[in-house]
Amino acid sequence: MFPGWLVALLAIAYLALLFAIARFGDARADNGRSIISANIYALSLAVYCTSWTFFGSVGSAAANGFFFLTIYLGPTMMLLGVGVIIKIIRISKTYRITSIADFIASRYGKSPLLAGLVTVIAVVGVIPYIALQLKAIAASVDVLLAGSEHAIRGLDSTFLIAVVLALFTLFFGARHLDAAERHEGMVVAIAFESVVKLMAFIAVGLFVTYGLFDGFSDLFARAAAHPELQRLLRHHPAGASRWAALLLLSGLAIILLPRQFQIIVVENVDEAHLKRAAWLFPLYLLLINIFVLPLAIGGLLHYDAHDINPETFVLALPLAHGAGALALLAFIGGLSAATGMVIVETIALSTMVCNDLAMPLLLRSPWLRAARRQNLFRLLLGIRRAAIGLILLLGYIYFRAAGEAYALVSIGLISFAAVAQFAPALFGGLYWKQGTRAGAVAGLAAGFAIWLYTLLLPSFAKSGWIGQGFVEQGLFGLSWLRAQALFGLTGLDEISHCLWWSLLANIACYVAVSLSAKPDVITAQQAERFVDIFRRDGRDADARLWRGKTSLGAVVDLLERFLGAVHAEQQLAAHARAGALRDWRELPADAAFVHFAETELAGAIGSASAKAMVASVVQEEELGLEEVLDILDEATQVRAYSRELEAKQRELEAATAELRAANDRLRELDLLKNDFISTVTHELRTPLTSIRALSEMLHADPDVEANDRQRFLAIIVHEAERLTRLINQVLDMAKLESGRAEWATGAVDIGEVAREAMDSLGQLFRDKGVALASEIPEHGPVVLADRDRLMQVTINLLSNAVKFAPDRDGRVRVTVGVEDGRARVAVADNGPGLTAAECGIVFEKFRQGGNTLTAKPQGTGLGLPISRQIVEYFGGNLWVESRPGAGACFIFTVPMPTPQQ
Amino acid sequence: MKRANHPARQRLAALGLLAIPLLTYPLIALPEGDLARIPLSYLYLFGIWAGLIVLAALVAERQGRK
Repeated sequence: MFPGWLVALLAIAYLALLFAIARFGDARADNGRSIISANIYALSLAVYCTSWTFFGSVGSAAANGFFFLTIYLGPTMMLLGVGVIIKIIRISKTYRITSIADFIASRYGKSPLLAGLVTVIAVVGVIPYIALQLKAIAASVDVLLAGSEHAIRGLDSTFLIAVVLALFTLFFGARHLDAAERHEGMVVAIAFESVVKLMAFIAVGLFVTYGLFDGFSDLFARAAAHPELQRLLRHHPAGASRWAALLLLSGLAIILLPRQFQIIVVENVDEAHLKRAAWLFPLYLLLINIFVLPLAIGGLLHYDAHDINPETFVLALPLAHGAGALALLAFIGGLSAATGMVIVETIALSTMVCNDLAMPLLLRSPWLRAARRQNLFRLLLGIRRAAIGLILLLGYIYFRAAGEAYALVSIGLISFAAVAQFAPALFGGLYWKQGTRAGAVAGLAAGFAIWLYTLLLPSFAKSGWIGQGFVEQGLFGLSWLRAQALFGLTGLDEISHCLWWSLLANIACYVAVSLSAKPDVITAQQAERFVDIFRRDGRDADARLWRGKTSLGAVVDLLERFLGAVHAEQQLAAHARAGALRDWRELPADAAFVHFAETELAGAIGSASAKAMVASVVQEEELGLEEVLDILDEATQVRAYSRELEAKQRELEAATAELRAANDRLRELDLLKNDFISTVTHELRTPLTSIRALSEMLHADPDVEANDRQRFLAIIVHEAERLTRLINQVLDMAKLESGRAEWATGAVDIGEVAREAMDSLGQLFRDKGVALASEIPEHGPVVLADRDRLMQVTINLLSNAVKFAPDRDGRVRVTVGVEDGRARVAVADNGPGLTAAECGIVFEKFRQGGNTLTAKPQGTGLGLPISRQIVEYFGGNLWVESRPGAGACFIFTVPMPTPQQ
Repeated sequence: MKRANHPARQRLAALGLLAIPLLTYPLIALPEGDLARIPLSYLYLFGIWAGLIVLAALVAERQGRK
């Protein structure tokens, strides 16, 4: 329909436009005015929509109805799990991770083996996907050029397309080597391509739905007339497992495909952009899918005879209805979809091949050792360019080998199933610290092997490149080894079958091998860093995890060789500024510097190679596993310690308060003791003084009159008695207070005790002319107590009463009774009474009622305190009820034994 | 430390979990017949999908304005 030169010119013009956009984006980024916004980021994610979406979806819908949608519903669900992706982004930024191979290898101890394995799986797995793009472009060119004479007829147009794409990608993405592997220009161009392909597809959709038919209702109504089309619009329960498997596959692919990892993680400039992408990208997917089913139905209605591949409906329908310009737009849209995918995928894969396959080999080769001084920057770029060419070549070879036998969607799903093998190692590594390198290698290898056997090799067999035997009869004729009915598992489609067995083997090996051995030092260290990325700011612990010696020059030399001198100096200067140094030459060659250098190198050559290179110029001291874990745990431990400290401090404060209280109490007691001693000595001195004075008088003057002598001697005897009583009471008090007093406890009739006490003091009352009355039942209350002690208390109260009762008309009344289960003894007098303050004081030691300053003391001041101690010993109380001028009533109670006792 | 403080992330994750039963068997096979001659099966899938996207947009952008 169109001349070949027109199509070629259009394609080249479009590619040139992309190139210009990318240059613009790069220039802005170099000036520090990035134009990557949340919207551009979300649109660039749509690199997910390749020619699979653009051409293949319609073909898939025409064959299997709604199943094409699973590829877009899965990512919608996955993207809503923003937290997981943000964690991956945070880790990648912190440790300058530039590819999914680097990420997995870095998590499991920066293992070159694992990096290489992931790279091999990614390259082998994605090659069918690249072949798909080549096939789609070739098919679309064929449709456009059908029936017209053109120059590339006879040539292999697919090969030509592969070559053009390779050249374009070389110019586009591998022009320079960026330490962070970020390509802002490319992202902008991809976002632009996303808009183009969406517009083109919707334009075709509108044209078919509203131009060829009368809208959705008309289209679906016509489909309803065909039972075969009606079938497409219904869900069949038999498809449930395939539906779920495809959702899972596509959900995993959105993050695990190398180009998706590149765009979502590596090219991300701001974590907040992901939140926009979480809904804008699904919206994009929804929009690009609205017209898929109408296009498929429209095409099937139009070409009844199935004489055209439904995958070309997008182009063929406009062409068939004379809308040539629209067909060219659709071609550009399809080209957009394919080039976008090829560019990003090959750039991502070439980075992996260079860093994770080529570098480790080069680092071992003697040739590189010989050329140590040389700048390796160009070499790296060369490797990447070669890798891009190689990957496209492999894609072309796969297309030739197996491409013809498969629909676009089926080829793509083979790739999805391959990258799904990364899921256990990647997600396990994000959340499970025990996952080890051996486990990851075992899981990946097992999953990959099953994928090869059940999906990739059968795809070759289908196109006749290798024998069908292992698919139909099983390997070595063993029927349980049939490639697509492994262990007799039938009833599943090939994708679900492969996914089930490969993920089962993958997860089982990963978990079992991980659990069977302890991780080595560096794996444990990386596990801590990855799993707890949100919990630490990293810098401190990272720097301390390294111990060794190096020189600034050696490390700088290394950086210059791999990053290029200019870029290396920029990064060094930035690092120095961060450390508040003016010149990077002043940087100390310490752990922080080595960590910085390794991270920078990791951006250029991958973490595993960077580790090896840094190790070649420094003498590192090996840290033990325990030591590493200790350092990494330190943040946690410090928090725990500080909590413990706080608790200890609170305990200490409480203890201090208690001690202070105890100290105060002790000081008070000390003071009391001093008071007591000084009071006792004072009380002792008074009678001693009078005894001594009188004795001296008698001694000095023998001629004292007999009367006086008699009087003096009587005083001496009286004072001596008082002294003895005082000393006895002090001793008694001391015994009571120290708890060493002896008690003879028995049943005591309190009434009898009171009567006896009254009898023994009767003479004293009569002498003083004080009336003693009593109210005592014949059989008084019986308590368990020491009879003599109770007697002592009662006598003490009676003698106090007689002391304070006025002479001649004094009255003292003793009452014994029972109150509330207690025996109660009251001794009331009609003396001067006590003030409220005195009521308390009289029970203190050496404090006496009345004014002791003016009146002569009438007792020792120990009687009441001793009495109170005695009563309290038996569980009773002793108190006084009194008002000045109204006499005093001393009362004590002693609990009566309960009947059971 | 900060992880628990992301209501938006958790709400988005909840939407993702909600999508699983809504967009798989047996629920997707439930709608039959048609509305304005458009099959309900088609309307259901795109309707639920669009609904999820609208909710996600509300959650994500409300948080973004703060």
